Amino acid sequence: AASEKKLLEVKLGELPSWILMRDFTPSGIAGAFQRGYYRYYNKYVNVKKGSIAGLSMVLAAYVFLNYCRSYKELKHERLRKYH
Amino acid sequence: MNENLFTSFTTPVILGLPLVTLIVLFPSLLFPTSNRLVSNRFVTLQQWMLQLVSKQMMSIHNSKGQTWTLMLMSLILFIGSTNLLGLLPHSFTPTTQLSMNLGMAIPLWAGAVITGFRNKTKASLAHFLPQGTPTPLIPMLVIIETISLFIQPMALAVRLTANITAGHLLIHLIGGATLALMSISTTTALITFTILILLTILEFAVAMIQAYVFTLLVSLYLHDNT
Repeated sequence: AASEKKLLEVKLGELPSWILMRDFTPSGIAGAFQRGYYRYYNKYVNVKKGSIAGLSMVLAAYVFLNYCRSYKELKHERLRKYH
Repeated sequence: MNENLFTSFTTPVILGLPLVTLIVLFPSLLFPTSNRLVSNRFVTLQQWMLQLVSKQMMSIHNSKGQTWTLMLMSLILFIGSTNLLGLLPHSFTPTTQLSMNLGMAIPLWAGAVITGFRNKTKASLAHFLPQGTPTPLIPMLVIIETISLFIQPMALAVRLTANITAGHLLIHLIGGATLALMSISTTTALITFTILILLTILEFAVAMIQAYVFTLLVSLYLHDNT
């Protein structure tokens, strides 16, 4: 069935039913964030010879998200004749 | 130009929801905890730095004052990390908001002063009168000392806000000036760019120094009162 497969193994036709089967309760969402955090942490930071890449990827994502957040004000500051 | 300059200091709201909560909580992600004796490089570096800072800052206190170590260490970590994160492009710095700095300064100062009054009442009251003042001057001096005591939390909050806000504003202004000068005269733009580089280095220093100063002053107020 499509219930317990990982996302990359779900066929396109089964995608809506897979999404509906996910756990959207608060504890489910918190679990998703926790799993995502530990996946990143154990892959890039919690290793024997961790480099600066582990931290700088997080900071780059932070900069990108802030850019998206303030795009509405920033688009008026482009060097164009007509805004 | 006038409106653009201060829009970067407005609290971020997305669809009416306070995004600022997430931004204030973000630095906590950058300080992972580890129960191991030998942890990864990141955690080891942070633990070493924290030990260095706590030894330097808490060694002057007696055992009663050292109960504040956790509070002061988390304070310096929070202010330092939020200031440094604010130097990234397009990011929002919570410490530019006076409301937040007052929220940090007033309870900490009040806590230090009230513990002083409760535990060592005579010594705390004696702080209002420096030694060796001529008798006619005493009433005026007590008033002055009271005012200087009550201005301490205000000074703490306003100092932090003003320093960080002024630094960000200068970076915005000089960066805008460099961009505008680029098409007029490249040499002047290069000079302005050098000023921008120096200013950014200064801002990194200021970010950390302000955290240190804030925490140091709170610890001094504590030292007077324990």
